[in-house]
Amino acid sequence: MTAVAPTSAAEKPVEPPPAQRKLRRNLTPWVLLLPGLLWLVVFFLVPILTSVSASVQQGDYDDGFKLTWHWANYADAITKYGTQYLHSGIYSVLCTVLCLALGYPVAYFIAFKGGRWKSLLMALVIVPSFTSFLIRTIAWKTILADNSPLVRTLSDLHVLKITTALGWTVGDHVLASPAAVVCGMVYNFLPFTILPLYTSLEKIDPRLHEAGHDLYCNTFTTWRRITLPLSMPGVIGGTLLTFIPAVGDYINAQLLGNPNTGVVGQKIEDLFLRNTQGYPVGSAISVVMMVGTLILVMSYIRKAGTEDLI
Amino acid sequence: MSSNDVLGRTEGGDLRLVGLTKRYGSFTAVDDLDLTVPQGSFFALLGASGCGKTTTLRMVSGLEEPTIGQIFLGDEDVTDRKPYRRPVNTVFQNYALFPHLDIYENVAFGLRRRGRKDVRKPVEEMLDLVELGHLAKRKPNQLSGGQQQRIALARALINQPQVLLLDEPLGALDLKLRRQMQIELKRIQLEVGLTFVHVTHDQEEAMTMADTIAVMNAGRIEQMGSPAELYENPRTTFVANFLGQSNLIPGTVEGVTGETATISAHGQRLTLDAARCPVTSGPVILGVRPEKVQIALSAEEVPAGSNQLAGGVVLDTSFIGVSTQYLVKLPSGEEISVFEQNTGREIQRPGAEVVVFWDPSQGFGLEGGQDIEAGADIEEVAA
Repeated sequence: MTAVAPTSAAEKPVEPPPAQRKLRRNLTPWVLLLPGLLWLVVFFLVPILTSVSASVQQGDYDDGFKLTWHWANYADAITKYGTQYLHSGIYSVLCTVLCLALGYPVAYFIAFKGGRWKSLLMALVIVPSFTSFLIRTIAWKTILADNSPLVRTLSDLHVLKITTALGWTVGDHVLASPAAVVCGMVYNFLPFTILPLYTSLEKIDPRLHEAGHDLYCNTFTTWRRITLPLSMPGVIGGTLLTFIPAVGDYINAQLLGNPNTGVVGQKIEDLFLRNTQGYPVGSAISVVMMVGTLILVMSYIRKAGTEDLI
Repeated sequence: MSSNDVLGRTEGGDLRLVGLTKRYGSFTAVDDLDLTVPQGSFFALLGASGCGKTTTLRMVSGLEEPTIGQIFLGDEDVTDRKPYRRPVNTVFQNYALFPHLDIYENVAFGLRRRGRKDVRKPVEEMLDLVELGHLAKRKPNQLSGGQQQRIALARALINQPQVLLLDEPLGALDLKLRRQMQIELKRIQLEVGLTFVHVTHDQEEAMTMADTIAVMNAGRIEQMGSPAELYENPRTTFVANFLGQSNLIPGTVEGVTGETATISAHGQRLTLDAARCPVTSGPVILGVRPEKVQIALSAEEVPAGSNQLAGGVVLDTSFIGVSTQYLVKLPSGEEISVFEQNTGREIQRPGAEVVVFWDPSQGFGLEGGQDIEAGADIEEVAA
């Protein structure tokens, strides 16, 4: 037998010198990040800077707007639209709470009792989103119309008398009332609550429930002590995904509300589209909303990180 | 140390299962089971997967409802009680520790749910018992498998259950750790003196720890007794094969004289203690454990009075160090395994012609007509 010494060229693939290899390795993550970074710069950073800059300008459509560091725009933005801020706040918080109350049982049921129907049931949750947001909202006009079965039943049960007394409905009508706005919002944002909830509930090992039962928990305490704490990431994710778009939403208020249900979004739209000098104040309101939402969300997340929320 | 020092437990009584049956559709998982587990014993339910042992355990814990039958703890019928109202706790197979709680809170969980305020002392005592007091502030996923196992045990034990159920508690551990935990579990059981019901497919594990083993097969208890009793006197081929290995030789009882039963098998005359032979005539299966069989090179070497089967050829030899395992093929076609202690004797190579023999008092008899292979292949899969 003859020993054949393998040539080194045949053994190893040709490699670039080490310095070049290191450079390439350092560049790879940046190359991969590039499309995302570009996207963020063009569609996030630039618009934000534009609206911040617009918020301290003065002028009108005909003469153009000039950057004059006119901070008084903010005084207007904060003091003049109190009702709208209040409405946006109340409707979005109520919408988030209702979405959680409706969505948690649905997500719980699908995650733990869905069995082989899980995927189908989750698809059914999402399917309505295949229809346009606007059309779905307009559909609620029919559901909440005065002669609709729902409204007639509520009226017959004298529920509307109570809600009208509380200011949520108007007379015998549900449509064009704060209640209708909140109904539309809950309907539109419900999937955003259910999806993250389902994801985090589905990850919980059902054997932990058995361990709970074994350790003196009835069904409710098992949920309270085991399921709920373990599903908190889903609760936080779901409520954020609902609250953040809900607070800026104005389609529901526009289509299902009345002149007294104005929200911030409607005012911004008004100022941008129907007021020749409205640009700067509209931008200022946008910035106030962004910062306000950011502060709320940050403090919520900080609380959520601890066990205060549970 | 007596149980009352650690747990201050009240008297409970035996665990009794009466006519317990569980059916899933047309499948019967547990079939008319009658069983009494004496208080304070370490009881093992041994069987292959799917034999109904885990279902039995889950019915005792209340996580599964029996189709028919009753469960008693002492004199009390607990059949219809919810799991959280039974004085029974489980150590789950995957431990099922609560991932959001630290070790301390995991152990304290049961006490807190029952409204006890001063949990510090019992929790610390329990963590000391499992020797993991220093890990109290860790989360379960920061612990190794063996540590999680001990925490699962502590979490169940702290509640002073009348019966502690262990569902394959060592299944996820590697062999060395499993050995260590077997000894540990036995120590803790002796220390706290509670009734432990242990479900396992590992016959060695069951034999190491349990006072009493019930071998389950197809939803029924095949045989019950102390490990030695089951090993020395199996009553069925399933038990003979599942618990260790057996050489099973079908034959016919020729007659019983005094304390000796004479059996003919493949034209050879073998004898057996009459007391260990279940029949007085007709077909019988003679069993003998491999470590009780010896080999000789010629019939002259065989001590007088031994059972012997001549004309064997060594098929396979495996030298394991402490012993040598032979597989000997007899002229009848049967294969006999022999474990020979390493006493320095010459090792026989495959092909060598040998005589196998054993002391007649070491054999056992089984009723004829059973499947000789029953339980043999299952054990290999499970082990």
